[in-house]
Amino acid sequence: MTGKTLFDKIWDRHVVADLGGGFALLHIDRNLLHDLSGARALGEVEHKGYRLARPELTFATPDHAVSTLPGRTSETFAPGHKLLAPLRRRAKDLGVRLFDLGQDGHGIVHIIGPELGLSLPGLTIVCGDSHTCTHGGLGALAFGIGSSELVHVLATQTLVQRKPKRMRIDFDGSLMPGVTPKDMILHLIGTIGTAGGTGFAVEYAGSAIRALPLEGRFTICNLSIEMGAKMGMIAPDDLTYQFIEGRDFAPKGAAFDAAVAHWRTLPSDDNAVYDAEHRIDMAKIAPQITWGTSPEHVIAVDKAIPDPAVAPDENRRSAWKAALDYQGLEPGKPIEGTRIDWVFIGSCTNSRISDLRAAAHIVRGRKKAAHVTAWVVPGSERVKKQAEAEGLDRVFTAAGFDWREPGCSMCLASNGETVPPMQRSVSTSNRNFVGRQGPRARTHLASPAMAAAAAISGAITDVRKM
Amino acid sequence: MDKFTRLEGVAAPLMRQNVDTDVVIRIERLVGLQKDELGPYCFEAIRYRPDGSENPDFILNQAPYRGAPILLAGDNFGCGSSREGAVWALMGLGIKAVIAPSYGDIFFNNCFQNGLLPVALPLAEVERLAEEMRAAPGNARVTIDLERQVVISPRGREIKFEIDPKRRKAMLDGLDDISMTLTYKDQIAAWQAQDQSDRPWVWGTR
Repeated sequence: MTGKTLFDKIWDRHVVADLGGGFALLHIDRNLLHDLSGARALGEVEHKGYRLARPELTFATPDHAVSTLPGRTSETFAPGHKLLAPLRRRAKDLGVRLFDLGQDGHGIVHIIGPELGLSLPGLTIVCGDSHTCTHGGLGALAFGIGSSELVHVLATQTLVQRKPKRMRIDFDGSLMPGVTPKDMILHLIGTIGTAGGTGFAVEYAGSAIRALPLEGRFTICNLSIEMGAKMGMIAPDDLTYQFIEGRDFAPKGAAFDAAVAHWRTLPSDDNAVYDAEHRIDMAKIAPQITWGTSPEHVIAVDKAIPDPAVAPDENRRSAWKAALDYQGLEPGKPIEGTRIDWVFIGSCTNSRISDLRAAAHIVRGRKKAAHVTAWVVPGSERVKKQAEAEGLDRVFTAAGFDWREPGCSMCLASNGETVPPMQRSVSTSNRNFVGRQGPRARTHLASPAMAAAAAISGAITDVRKM
Repeated sequence: MDKFTRLEGVAAPLMRQNVDTDVVIRIERLVGLQKDELGPYCFEAIRYRPDGSENPDFILNQAPYRGAPILLAGDNFGCGSSREGAVWALMGLGIKAVIAPSYGDIFFNNCFQNGLLPVALPLAEVERLAEEMRAAPGNARVTIDLERQVVISPRGREIKFEIDPKRRKAMLDGLDDISMTLTYKDQIAAWQAQDQSDRPWVWGTR
């Protein structure tokens, strides 16, 4: 008999009803709301005459449309206040726990889920945000959903889903100098493409994954959706249980032991079968930087900007041409040395304490280039407090960086914080799409250390030289 | 949700790959606007020039394709963000179906929640449809017959497409999932009662 994968074990347990044709009615253990889709969805539940099924499994935090200006209130970005005010009101009326601005526990939804122990191994977790796959780093089945699906979960605590195929990706070896989890996942996306994982639940495995602390695992899983995979996950292990123990909503005492005993049954069986498998040699991964307008447009920082003339097919040739045109880059030139205007260190990809430490390590004792505007936006109140306790905020401000309040900010620019038109940004976020950081803004995705290095030198820089 | 049975109309070739949902609708538009107000902002980054005037190179700004109800696209259409606003914006622009080789998973699900039909055909077929459209601008029409699961090209070629029977039926009937799911109320309650005893730590959130 073939064994089961981590994914199958969690999926199968949550099937309330088999709907046929590969579809299942799945129970949802955690529904995480944010300001952009949360208030609207709660309003629609009310409007359609449904009841909120399980308020105790529903949590909310405003992150998308809030200003990150120091000293901000919900009214600093007025359009966002129009979403947050009803979210506050409805959460209170319906008994949904809201982690509000300035409160302990507030932050980007994909940072606070694990941070508070809301996200646990073996859970099904949804949120109206595609980067929900982040929580898969704990061994959870977590995925982003649309507004209608969100209303469905609020009203029924279940979701109709079609079972995806399974993909396993092994990262073998260890991190080379200057290489981070962000570089691992960008390299993978460059290898298999932005649709390489479409239709799959991805499991990351291999010696390099096992050696990664949880924060790095979140970064890896976070970018699963950038290769098309709605779900990315990593089997829980002792590092996972150590990470969870003592967190606010995590089980305590005997309940914790019982939970760990269950979690130990989750990792894929040795004889489990996958529909697709890839193997990545860590020795081949150098620090990465994107050059175009899709996360698959990525190269090692010491390489040249690709020439559309050598694109593998006509479709990609025209996509590469359009991307170079939008980005204002010349094919064949080294990408290193490209002058930049902005640096953004933040987002659900890279705003955890380890990210800020890695960036501060590069920045310490240096100054940002005079022409660069550099922002650091911590992922949560707790990340911010921890960084301040370690003096990281002063490392950044002494170098001329802005130290801001938690939120999604310039990752998707839904809060009025944008990179100005035609300006070039090195960003630790997850998408370099056309207009993502603002109309006509040019984005290069990279790790926190690479972003910090770019801020110091004022140009795209190989962090290994710093 | 409106029923979808058969659609005949102009199909506009937007033959790019990886058209992401950020390009379909900027997130900032979803902060201030309602569902039915998004049409004017659909594809704004490529539809308008920096000065706000129409970009004449954008396919849906060109005479035969303006107001087209069908969009032809490259692979991985609707990749990226989960924003359902991308579907609402396309519908606001009058688009009722997309024909592309593949789709972003979340976008694909969102389409079925709103009655926008995403048809998957091999790239070569989508490209042939685009060529036939370009060959007879102004007169060419594409038909999508959901009941028979065929696309009929401007030259009358019939191309069979696959769709999950469950999703097909929901589109034909114009039904969303919630009312169907609520018929499983007892099974959901029973599952939850069992889980509270099997995995109490999942439920100890108060």
